[in-house]
Amino acid sequence: MDSILMLIIIFVLAVFVGVELITKVPPTLHTPLMSGSNAISGITIVGALLSAGSDNFNLSNILGLIAIIFATINVVGGYLVTDRMLKMFKKDKGEK
Amino acid sequence: MNIVEIITNIAYLVASVLFIYGIKYLGSPRTARTGNFISATGMFIAVVVTLLSKSIISYELIVIGIVIGSLIGTIMSVKVKMTSMPQMVGALNGFGGGASVLVAFSEYYRYIFDEKHQSLPVDINIAIGLSIIVGAVTFSGSFIAFGKLQELISGKVIKFPLQNAVNLILIVGVVALTVYTLFDVQNVWLYVVMIAVGLVLGVLVVLPIGGADMPVVISLLNSYSGIAAAMTGFVLQNVMLIIAGALVGASGIILTNIMCKGMNRSLMNVLLGGWDNTGGSDETGTSKRMDVKSVEFEEAAMIFDSASSVIIVPGYGMAVAQAQHAVRDLANILEKKGIQVRFAIHPVAGRMPGHMNVLLAEANVPYDKLFALEEINDDFSNTDVVLVIGANDVVNPAAKTNPQSPIFGMPVLNVEQAKTVIINKRSMATGYAGIENELFGYPNALMYFGDAKDALTKLTNELKNY
Repeated sequence: MDSILMLIIIFVLAVFVGVELITKVPPTLHTPLMSGSNAISGITIVGALLSAGSDNFNLSNILGLIAIIFATINVVGGYLVTDRMLKMFKKDKGEK
Repeated sequence: MNIVEIITNIAYLVASVLFIYGIKYLGSPRTARTGNFISATGMFIAVVVTLLSKSIISYELIVIGIVIGSLIGTIMSVKVKMTSMPQMVGALNGFGGGASVLVAFSEYYRYIFDEKHQSLPVDINIAIGLSIIVGAVTFSGSFIAFGKLQELISGKVIKFPLQNAVNLILIVGVVALTVYTLFDVQNVWLYVVMIAVGLVLGVLVVLPIGGADMPVVISLLNSYSGIAAAMTGFVLQNVMLIIAGALVGASGIILTNIMCKGMNRSLMNVLLGGWDNTGGSDETGTSKRMDVKSVEFEEAAMIFDSASSVIIVPGYGMAVAQAQHAVRDLANILEKKGIQVRFAIHPVAGRMPGHMNVLLAEANVPYDKLFALEEINDDFSNTDVVLVIGANDVVNPAAKTNPQSPIFGMPVLNVEQAKTVIINKRSMATGYAGIENELFGYPNALMYFGDAKDALTKLTNELKNY
């Protein structure tokens, strides 16, 4: 099978998985869901690493460096702030 | 495939599965923190495995980039106030989108100017175009949204002549440009123009949108940042990026949809800017003089003291006044008196999905006291006192009673069905929709004017004397 076709199939299936998972998230967690999923979109860091670390030093390495900075802010900031929020969510102790 | 590539791909698969598990665990407050940790572990694996790849020759730039990025990310996440969370998420979306643009462009540059591979396959070229366009729109759009939320730019609906025509021309133009690059791959300027048009488009699309529509915009940009990451996955032929990006894209679209439903508006209507004021807000209901009664804290305290059930309805005004701790103090003293206290959260209260819930969680209000609109809307009729804090349009009964009202059909909280409704507001100013709230003139409605934090603190102190 053509590789682009296979990638499109994976994309579509992953969208369905995402829809299934996310419709189950209660409204009270929508903000952490957003910041947490946002951190996942920082996965572009993988591409950034490959650009910045390739051998002959040229424009693509510089772009890669900036991309690493952006993606790392996205990943580190996203996960940490999500954790900070989720730490605060507590259930009422009085009730079972 | 050699052994290293097989291991790399298995590790990427593991990371993808961890992302899926992470989001699954985010579905309940009890497991959410674990979920976030699982997802972060997936990211860690992905990064480490990539670093071991043989195509990475030099590590200097990588170390510099990761150190700078981690520092900025850590500082942002530690310093940000909970009330500013919408801006924070907006900015993070922007960085994600920006990274996609840079990676896609850099990949293009490597294909064309590195000796290794000369020809750029058509599918990858299209993916580069899409990655650049979606990423650039996300980048500039997110920072405009950030500016609006941070009030660096006016939060009002900004309209300029022919805005829809201009946007349409830009969209058609950038798509045409992408197609054109297939015939002129070597021309690097085409791609630079593509980035520029994407950036302009992001600004033009978000600039007209008003502050209270930001929940929709932030959700949509969240989705775009995911789609941009997935497109980058197509560029790199990397399945993990595609899966992770698709998950985030789906998440953003679902939240966007929930937010639009919460306002009974279509996405198009939100994006085209502002409420549809064709009826003219002046004719709708304002002709009747409203008979507004107001109370001071002494009287309000008396009303609360004699209640046995209270529902608190927070809105953006609570966030602006940083009043979430004052609200918690009030709830505590009421509960000490044996009064049942619950919170009713409208889906579009605040500036992003779940904004109110995070603020109340910060103030230590347990999440099981927070109820969504559909969970609590039938309970207002047997509630003694409803306290509305800095919310307006989401409690306007005109959405149910007045077919001429621009917000007619929007789901609203049935606060007017309670015995008494106390509305804390700074003034009689209208809400985002720019319309009078007929609730304020209802016989069971009492206005309690003042800054939310001050007003609630006074009320709490007064209640302590009972």
